[in-house]
Amino acid sequence: MLGKSTISASLAALLAAGPGAADEIGDADRGAEIFGMCAGCHEVGKGAENGIGPHLNGIFGRRAGRVEGDYYYSDGLERMGADGLVWHLDTLDAYIENPKALVSDTRMSFGGIEDAQERADLLAYLRRYSDDPANIPEADPTARKPELELPPEILAIVGDPAYGEYLSSECTTCHQRDGNAEGIPSITNWPEEDFVVAMHAYKRKLRPHPVMQMMSARLTDDEIAALAAYFAGLD
Amino acid sequence: MTLNRRAFIHRGAAAAATTLAAPRVMAQGKPKVVVVGGGAGGATAARYIAKDSKGEIDVTLVEPTRKYYTCFFSNLYIGGFREMSSIGHGYGTLAAEYGVNVVHDWATGIDRDARTVSLAGGGVMPYDRLILSPGIDFVEGSVPGWDLAAQNAMPHAYKAGSQTELLKRQIEAMPEGGLFAMVAPPNPYRCPPGPYERVSMVAHVLKEINPTAKILVADPKPKFSKMALFQEGWRNHYAGMIEWLGPDFGGGNVSVDPAAMTVDIDGVVENVDACNVIPAQKAGRICEMAGLTDGNWAPVVPQTMQSRKDENIHVLGDATSQGDMPKSGFSANSQAKVAAMAVRGALTGSKVFPPRFSNTCWSLIDEGDGVKVGASYEATDEKIAKVDGFISQTGEDAALRQATYEESVGWYAGITEDMFG
Repeated sequence: MLGKSTISASLAALLAAGPGAADEIGDADRGAEIFGMCAGCHEVGKGAENGIGPHLNGIFGRRAGRVEGDYYYSDGLERMGADGLVWHLDTLDAYIENPKALVSDTRMSFGGIEDAQERADLLAYLRRYSDDPANIPEADPTARKPELELPPEILAIVGDPAYGEYLSSECTTCHQRDGNAEGIPSITNWPEEDFVVAMHAYKRKLRPHPVMQMMSARLTDDEIAALAAYFAGLD
Repeated sequence: MTLNRRAFIHRGAAAAATTLAAPRVMAQGKPKVVVVGGGAGGATAARYIAKDSKGEIDVTLVEPTRKYYTCFFSNLYIGGFREMSSIGHGYGTLAAEYGVNVVHDWATGIDRDARTVSLAGGGVMPYDRLILSPGIDFVEGSVPGWDLAAQNAMPHAYKAGSQTELLKRQIEAMPEGGLFAMVAPPNPYRCPPGPYERVSMVAHVLKEINPTAKILVADPKPKFSKMALFQEGWRNHYAGMIEWLGPDFGGGNVSVDPAAMTVDIDGVVENVDACNVIPAQKAGRICEMAGLTDGNWAPVVPQTMQSRKDENIHVLGDATSQGDMPKSGFSANSQAKVAAMAVRGALTGSKVFPPRFSNTCWSLIDEGDGVKVGASYEATDEKIAKVDGFISQTGEDAALRQATYEESVGWYAGITEDMFG
C-alpha cells in the first residue's frame, strides 16, 4: 500500500515527465529551418502550388502520386499510389530517409536525411499544413503514440483498485455498468480470465472491432488486469 | 468574512502548488464545486465528483432547463428514428442518488476574485472550483441576413429541443418537389459530421414523403469529416437528390433573406422551402463574460482541463480550445472525467492518475447504414494530441453497417447513463 507522500511523489514525477503522455512528432520550429533544403522544389503553407515538386499541403493522409491539380509524377510514384501507398508519419519518414529505397525510380533527386531527429523535426513542421483532427477527426495523428512501458512508480499505482475504477470510466461511456447490453455487450461481472484473453485478442488485432482495438492498444498488461479485476468484482 | 476566507484559500493554493497533491484544508464546511451547464461535460463532471468524493464535496449543478435534450441523436429524431422524448433527460437521479444540488437557473456572471457565480434568479453561489460546460453560442453576422431573430424562419437546430422540432415540421411541410437548403458552418464547430448526418436524415424523410424534393448544401469548407462515406451513402441511397456546393462553387459566399425565404449563393438567388442555417460558433457566452476566452474559445491546460486564465476554473467540451479533440458529446464526457479527477485531487487530496482521452462519432446515413470515426488522445504540454484512430471504410457490407448503427444505439444508452445516472 502506498503512503500519501509516495503517491504525491509519483504524481509529481508523472506530471513532470509525463509518462503515458504522447511525444511530439518533433520540433516544428527547427523543422521549418530544415525545410529550407526542400523549398527549392516544394511549397507548403497558404497559397502553396505545385512546382518542380508537388506542394505539400495536406501531405499527411494523401495517397502517393495523387496531388490535386496538374502534376506529372514519375512512374514509380504513380505505381506506389496505385498499390495503395499513403503518406503517413512512418511512410514519409522512410521516404525522406532514403527516397530511392522506398520508390526506386522517383524523380526526387535528394539524398535523404540520415539523422532521425532532423527527419522528425521536418515532419513535425509539415504536419502543421495537413488536416486538423479537431475538425476532421479521421485526420492523421499529430503526436506519436506513447510507449506502453510505464515506469515503476506508475506501475505501483496500477495495482490500486482506485486506478482500475478510474480506467473503467473510459469503458462505461459505452458499456453500461448495470450490465444492460443493448447494442454494446455487457462487461460487468465478466470472469477475469475471459476479460484478459479478450482484451489481448483485441490488442493483437485478432478480434476485429476498431474501437476496441484502439482502446486496448494503449492499455498495458497490468492495466488490463486491473480492469478485469474491477469489472469482475462489481456489485 | 469573505476577505478572510479568500486570504486563507489563497495561501492554501500557494502551498498546494509546491507540494502538488497536498489536500487543501477548508476553513469551514465542505469544499464547494459549482458546475455550470448540464450537458455531456457538466452532468458527467457533477456525477463523477459527487459519486467519487462520497459526500466530501458539495456539488451544485446550474442548468436552466429541467429536461435536457441531447444534440447527439437529435438528427435521428429528424430522420424519424427516435422520438423526441427518447433523447430528453431529467436531473432527478443526479439529485436523488448522487446528492447533486441541481439548480434550474441561468448563470449570468462570474466574479473570479470573489469566486462566486451569480444567477438570473438573484442567487449568488460561492465556489472553490468552478466547472464551466456551457456549450456553444453563435457568432453574430457570420451568415449575412441571419440573426437569432430569424431562427423561427430559418432554424439552426444546433441546440436540440424546440428548434429541432421546428425544423422537422418545416421539412415535412415542404411542397412537392420543393427545395431544402443548408448553410453549413465553418470550422471549428460542434459535431464535425453533424451537418452531413443531418443532410442524410433530411434526405431519408424526403425520400419517403416527397421524393422529388431536392437538398442544397452551401459549405465554406472544401472537406468535411467522413466525406467519402457520406458521399458514397448519398449516391447509394439518395441518388440525384443532394447537391453539395463547396467553396470552389461559391459555398462560402452565402447570404440569406429569412423574410423572403431566399438563399444567395455566390450571386445566384434560390427560393427555398425550408432552410437550416448553422452559423459560425463560439464558446457559450459565459466564458467570454468571465474573461476566459482567446478569440472564440476558452483555452485549457490539457492535463486537467483548467482554464489557462484561471486555475480555479475548469472548462469542458465544445467551449474549449484544447487541441485535436473534435467538439462532441463523447469528447466532453471524456474531458469531464479527467477534470473531475483533477478537482477531487485538488480539493480532497484524492489520487490523480494520468489523463486519458478518447472520442468516437457515429453517424447514420440511412436506415441500417451506420458509420463511425474515432481516436484516442494524450495530453502533451501544448495540447491534447491525437495519437491513434480509425474510421469506417467505404464499401463495407450491410451487416457491418447495421452492427455499427446498433452499436451507436448502445453507446447512446451508455453515455446518457454515464451523464445522468
